[in-house]
Amino acid sequence: MRLAQHMAIASDKVKAIAIEATEFPELSRAYQVMAVPKIVMNDRVQFEGALPESQFLDAVVRAASGNGDR
Amino acid sequence: MPILQAKDQEAVRKEFERLTGPVKFVVFSQELVAGDLCRQNEQLMKEVAELSDKITVEVLNPTIDRERAESYGVSDVPATVIEGAQDYGIRFLGIPAGYEFSNLIDSTIAVSRGEASLTEQTKALLATLPANVEIKVFSTPT
Repeated sequence: MRLAQHMAIASDKVKAIAIEATEFPELSRAYQVMAVPKIVMNDRVQFEGALPESQFLDAVVRAASGNGDR
Repeated sequence: MPILQAKDQEAVRKEFERLTGPVKFVVFSQELVAGDLCRQNEQLMKEVAELSDKITVEVLNPTIDRERAESYGVSDVPATVIEGAQDYGIRFLGIPAGYEFSNLIDSTIAVSRGEASLTEQTKALLATLPANVEIKVFSTPT
């Protein structure tokens, strides 16, 4: 969550929402959260686990460009 | 009974010496929807806010304060907006416990200072994003 939050501070275009998965089971089911942390960007790019800053940024750029994983 | 133990309070108080500008925790609670969780979240945010005179807390009900909730994009409770000189788009859904607690403290300091701890390269690329990006990070307290 740390990277997402700092990117939100750096860019007006980025919003970071930390979700406590067990308190929001419906949302977690909707996003098929099987392992944490699970990151979902623009409901389009998603991955599990922590990534280094450069790879996290790549995912943000993909999400902003509309080039998702699915 | 306080949620934060004395040693945690002391550690956070020390971290908060780095705060430079005001921070507001905008807490959304709704007794009828999630009473226990909302009460705990409110209590935690108030306890954290007490550790620095730069932090204030505002508690809103998304049904009663509908316009404010919509402007923040909040529809679920408990939810907390961490706001500095501006709304940077940082939200917590649920109680930031465990690992997320350290992110609450870190983001409070970062919005207070208006500084992102990122490489210059990352900041430069973020400045060229062609569209908005909403990042959801699902986690659990342990």
